[in-house]
Amino acid sequence: MANTSATTAGAQDQDGSRRDFLFLATGAAVAVGGAFAAWPFVSSMRPDAATIAAGAPLDVDLAPITDGQIVNVFWRGKLIFVRKLTEKEVKDMKAIPVSELSDPAPFDARVKSGHDQWLVVYGNCTHLGCVPIGHQGNFEGWACPCHGSQFDAVGRVRRGPAPINLPIPPYTFASDTKVRIGEEGGKAAA
Amino acid sequence: MMRYPSTLAAGLIAILGIGQASAEEHAPNPPRQKWSFAGVFGKFDEAQLQRGFQVYKEVCSNCHSMKLVRFRNLAEEGGPGFSAAQVKALAETYQVKEENDKGEVVDRPGRAADGFPPMYPNEKAAAAAHGGKAPPDFSVLAKARTYERGFPAFVFDALPLTGYSEQGVDYIHALLNGYGDAPEGKEVPDGVYYNKYYPQGQVIAMPPPISDGAVTYPKNDKGEPVVPETTDQYAKDVAAFMAWAAEPHMMARKALGFQVILFLILLSGLLYYVKKQIWKPLGGEVHGLQPELHKTF
Amino acid sequence: MSAHATSIYVPKSRIAKWFESRLPLVGLVHSSFIAYPVPRNLNYFWTFGAILSAFLGIQIVTGVWLAMHYEPSAGAAFESVEHIMRDVNYGWLLRYMHANGASMFFLAVYVHIFRALYYGSYKAPREVLYLLGVIIYLLMMATAFLGYTLPWGQMSFWGATVITNILAAIPIVGDSIQSLLWGGYSVGNPTINRFFSLHYLLPWMIAGVVVLHVWALHVTGQNNPAGIPIKSSKDAVPFTPYATVKDAFATVAFMIIFAWFVFYQPNYLGHADNYVPANASVTPAHIVPEWYFLPFYAILRAVPDKLGGVILMFGAVIILAFAPWLDTSRVRSTNYRPVYKVFFWVFVVNAILLGWLGAKPPEGGYVIVGRICTVYYFAHFLLVMPLCGLFETPKALPGSILETVTGPGQQGWDGRQGGQPQDPDKGIPDWAMPDAVKRS
Repeated sequence: MANTSATTAGAQDQDGSRRDFLFLATGAAVAVGGAFAAWPFVSSMRPDAATIAAGAPLDVDLAPITDGQIVNVFWRGKLIFVRKLTEKEVKDMKAIPVSELSDPAPFDARVKSGHDQWLVVYGNCTHLGCVPIGHQGNFEGWACPCHGSQFDAVGRVRRGPAPINLPIPPYTFASDTKVRIGEEGGKAAA
Repeated sequence: MMRYPSTLAAGLIAILGIGQASAEEHAPNPPRQKWSFAGVFGKFDEAQLQRGFQVYKEVCSNCHSMKLVRFRNLAEEGGPGFSAAQVKALAETYQVKEENDKGEVVDRPGRAADGFPPMYPNEKAAAAAHGGKAPPDFSVLAKARTYERGFPAFVFDALPLTGYSEQGVDYIHALLNGYGDAPEGKEVPDGVYYNKYYPQGQVIAMPPPISDGAVTYPKNDKGEPVVPETTDQYAKDVAAFMAWAAEPHMMARKALGFQVILFLILLSGLLYYVKKQIWKPLGGEVHGLQPELHKTF
Repeated sequence: MSAHATSIYVPKSRIAKWFESRLPLVGLVHSSFIAYPVPRNLNYFWTFGAILSAFLGIQIVTGVWLAMHYEPSAGAAFESVEHIMRDVNYGWLLRYMHANGASMFFLAVYVHIFRALYYGSYKAPREVLYLLGVIIYLLMMATAFLGYTLPWGQMSFWGATVITNILAAIPIVGDSIQSLLWGGYSVGNPTINRFFSLHYLLPWMIAGVVVLHVWALHVTGQNNPAGIPIKSSKDAVPFTPYATVKDAFATVAFMIIFAWFVFYQPNYLGHADNYVPANASVTPAHIVPEWYFLPFYAILRAVPDKLGGVILMFGAVIILAFAPWLDTSRVRSTNYRPVYKVFFWVFVVNAILLGWLGAKPPEGGYVIVGRICTVYYFAHFLLVMPLCGLFETPKALPGSILETVTGPGQQGWDGRQGGQPQDPDKGIPDWAMPDAVKRS
């Protein structure tokens, strides 16, 4: 009798563990399937192929830009200032000691070597994204109308709540009169 | 389920002696072709898509636009398999209209992101140049054309193994091969052409667009064309190209579908046994759709 | 849903107790989807409620995601749909799921409706439950029609034109309704814009009515293939896990069919003409609605008069709502109605035949057969349903639901356990009983 019940119990155990495995496998399949099913929805919210293709590097012709002029261009929907510095601005900017800056960056780090006259920076204030107005403020650069940040002629923050300098987009000189925005070191930006 | 009522109706209609409109008005069904991209495991043939693109570029594109296809698509996975450099070079051979800083519309060389520039500035201009009806755009044309298969074929067309969804390409292929002399007694007005497979009265405004030898295909090592330079082959290649243009993600779709269906079969199998296990303490569930029908009282 | 105060959800933790005493949400879910008693003889036709819920969810989720990329305007709609198909990551999947999901939704709802008609699920005390179902069906039809116009292909445009012209046939207010739908002098940009807005609105209304539908269901309890009520605890099983797992299995199995269409026949249930951009100067050679509207379209065309056709077409849907009062039978389930069973299947065949005719050109023999089928459709409700119940002698009903599962004279489920007798009252707890049973 005891023997029989032991056998039955053993069989039930085996049955039970097989059942546990079945339930576990099914639960796992549901979880994995659910995760995979969610992916197309998440993925569809990423930038689509047309947007990515439209964000390819952009060539800007520098020839028509005159001394002191700031040209607005858009790359990937972002505003970019292309500015031709005057000789005086170059000289003034080079003269500023880096230690005076809240976000220290030497002049050489703001322009490409050999192209001292050309500044390419993103055109939105690093505080909250307003567009600073050119040739305003006390530093030969920009002044932001929203919260009073001021930038110098090479886009370094000099006053106000903006935490960092105007960032520099990836770009490269395709020739002396052409910059290619969105490409750096021979590779297109990701 | 569908079979019996339809047979019944067909019979009823036969008895009443009133059939469809006379058969002679109807174009014959396009003959079915073998397509590499048909079926569950169907894949586009890159070389064929490239040849088809060549036919489109050299012949069809003189009248037909392809507005929704971008140059970059030609280098995307599951397509004709051109390289990014080839696409860039190709795009640069086209002039694309763009507004400059002064608000003038100027030409610039095409980029990969651009679409194929249309031949005509707008639909009206295209229509005016073609006797009042613009040649249809090629982008989704392979999906926009079909033909009635009737009962019971349409049922089998939906099923695995007998499935058939290449009506559009078969029709395009047939149409390009359907030109010829009109049969005895068939009036063909001036300015239109007899085409056996054109559904509207078998006369079409498009003149025969292509003939044997019209496109020079790439040569193999021996200096012979890789495939015959015939209308039939051109038609197949351009139809395949149009199938891709209309459904550029077809290969990804079919590949993902195989995995999804396999997973669903596995999961439903697991759930079936889970259900069996759960109902076991109750003595199991009586199987069959209507358990009570299997019981005798 | 408070009818099942019997459910013994006892919050254990202090937080759960605190929450439950303020909003008994967990208790509600427990009584509705866990402890809820389900007749134990339900067959697979009863899984279609769960399948439909799944498809409502799929349609809403894919729809919300498609709306992130779609542009509802006459100038941009067609291209934005193609943008989804070509450029959006997995856009083709979302769109094909949404388009084929609509078809699967209707396939499932038709099974659900015919199941209700076969087993007399509309009869007392489930009339309100059934009427809510008819309302859901009407909302589904409106939603599907609105959605089909959005790609702005030829079928979209001409479908919108034909249907809005149908509404114009309504006396006195017809023209005003049409003008309000169009927002102009014809189907155009204002139309597609408002159709998109309404297409986004109606599914939430469906979801709302579904809540009422489920509420009503849980008040009366489910019908079952025997059509007799739950009489003892042995007749029922708790919803979870018994019905839950069965519903899950059936839903996943149904998804295989869905996946087949999405991945391998995505355009089979659509129309090639809808890949031609809308053109107000050319009507497609054969203008037919989506397959799920075909029977009603056949009825519309069977009548040579515009208003008459419209009345009959709407009447064909509305008459469903009167089934509870047209059916005079004392017995619910058609399984026990030998005469009505024949009529029922003739009705099914007739409905499918109407669907087939709806896809055929309105000429010659098709029109005549269409008229015969239309007359029969209405005769089924107006003559067969009332008369059959009066004159037919139903078969003897089983004594209990349990008996239909185990056969008469058996001890119940324990009798099938092969020498492992168990207490018959164990396994199905008393809380799993509907109020009606406990009161008796």
